Amino acid sequence: MNRWTPFNKVSITFGFAFLYLPILLLIVYSFNESKLVTVWGGFSTKWYASLLENEALKDAAWVTARVAFTSATIATVLGTLAALALTRYTKFRGRFLFSGMIFAPLVMPDVITGLSLLLFFVAVNLDRGIVTVILAHITFSMCYVAVVVQSRLLSFDRSIEEAAMDLGATPVRTFLQVTLPVIAPAVVSGWMLAFTLSLDDLVISSFASGPGATTLPMKIYSQVRLGVTPEINAVSTILVTIVTIGVITASIITKRREVQRQRDEQAAFAQG
Amino acid sequence: MVRLVNGIFNRLVIAIPFGWLLIFFLVPFIIVMRISLSTTAIAMPPYTPVFDIAGGWEGIKDFLSQLSFDNFLYLTQDSLYLKAYISSVTIAFFSTLLTLLVGYPIAYAMAQAPRTIRPTLLMLVILPFWTSFLIRVYAWIAILKPEGFLNQILLYLGLIHEPLIILNTNVAVYIGIVYSYLPFMVLPLYSALEKLDGTLIEAAEDLGCTRFQAFWKVTFPLSLPGVVAGFLLVFIPATGEFVIPDLLGGSETLMIGKTLWAEFFSNRDWPVSSAVAIVLLLVLVIPIALFQNAQAKAQGE
Repeated sequence: MNRWTPFNKVSITFGFAFLYLPILLLIVYSFNESKLVTVWGGFSTKWYASLLENEALKDAAWVTARVAFTSATIATVLGTLAALALTRYTKFRGRFLFSGMIFAPLVMPDVITGLSLLLFFVAVNLDRGIVTVILAHITFSMCYVAVVVQSRLLSFDRSIEEAAMDLGATPVRTFLQVTLPVIAPAVVSGWMLAFTLSLDDLVISSFASGPGATTLPMKIYSQVRLGVTPEINAVSTILVTIVTIGVITASIITKRREVQRQRDEQAAFAQG
Repeated sequence: MVRLVNGIFNRLVIAIPFGWLLIFFLVPFIIVMRISLSTTAIAMPPYTPVFDIAGGWEGIKDFLSQLSFDNFLYLTQDSLYLKAYISSVTIAFFSTLLTLLVGYPIAYAMAQAPRTIRPTLLMLVILPFWTSFLIRVYAWIAILKPEGFLNQILLYLGLIHEPLIILNTNVAVYIGIVYSYLPFMVLPLYSALEKLDGTLIEAAEDLGCTRFQAFWKVTFPLSLPGVVAGFLLVFIPATGEFVIPDLLGGSETLMIGKTLWAEFFSNRDWPVSSAVAIVLLLVLVIPIALFQNAQAKAQGE
């Protein structure tokens, strides 16, 4: 039963306008000729050109890319294992603590996570730099990966795993050849989530990083504090574009796979 | 042999992520707690006592005797901290309520939308969640500034005669929180409302309920799990928020995340910032426990 009433249409329109107008304005004004961010002075791409000459910003972008790629990859492995542990092993010592440590970071204020990790790094005498930022990012993003993969595992038909085991496959082989292909879309979206969380993080990075490891959000933040400039609009636009393309591509791939899977299943039934 | 390998595999699946979280999540908390009981010192690390295992049992006793609750006493003596805690919780609570008021109609409409366009709508809600938090907050500076877009439009329409001062006030902080956390509210609400059995509402209306009554007595109570999840997902991080009060708020905006940041980066007082963090955690412990509980329930389903 659908009630697609005018009231609902209005809510949706206003809701999405509220969500998207600010980002849209930010993008439009990155092409502004004028240095003033709120006065239109004609179309220009000069702020993008000036980005190319901004060495500090380019360095920060490179640091961020390395951090995001490394931390997302390791966090995906750890998060997938954590999801398996949560769904497959309902009873083990410390399960309560374990699930608590998975869910708590999802809502934990960044300042607390950042401060505690920094004090930890100092206590164990680890020099702060790109490595500590990566360690910090892995720790919070693996929890997000765990939640994403776990929700896929919960709806997973375990009988095919049991079939593989009955036919003599080891758990490792079962995991790699049966489970992993099925949960792959969730693992991929977990990786993407971890990647963008890392790309995005300001507070935890600020605590965990040291000299020489300034990430892009840290750089943007220090510039924003000095004032709004079209250059920041330009770099923001680039980031927003990358993320948008990534998310849309991922969802198209997932959809295609889903359609393909349904077709395969129908074909299999038709033959049987 | 095979059994041994399988056993090791099963153990590792648990042990690796568990070990990681113990080292990088739990141990750091214990360290925060321990440093909150220390005294500031001009040294590296900037606090005493420093734990030294070489001192043996005597060393441990000596170390323990030097720990004190002075930092926590200090927090109660300076009214700035108490005010910051109260105002953080108040701002977070009311902005979460506003987020609920803004998010509910959106989630409701999404759940009522034709099935074919629902995935697209869902994706449109998720997309801003993937875009940088910092950038989304930054976008509002240009809108709320005295010479910003909002004032330009209002002046043009003749609704106001001089620019409204919104940026660097608490109003801007409310707007920032509602905007940034809206997807966190809409998603759990949508998943609760989407599961709702439409025939229940038809039944209520057949039995003489008005549309509003049917909503208030049937739809809303059934969507409560989503309301609770959304509320906690917004309220907990908003209480410790740093970026929004720092960029959109002004000198009147007292929020604990900002205080902690300043205590750490400007005053370089590690023991006091640790104490601030511990108290913040104590403030949030009940909402976090509720959140864990809700998650565990959702898992059980």
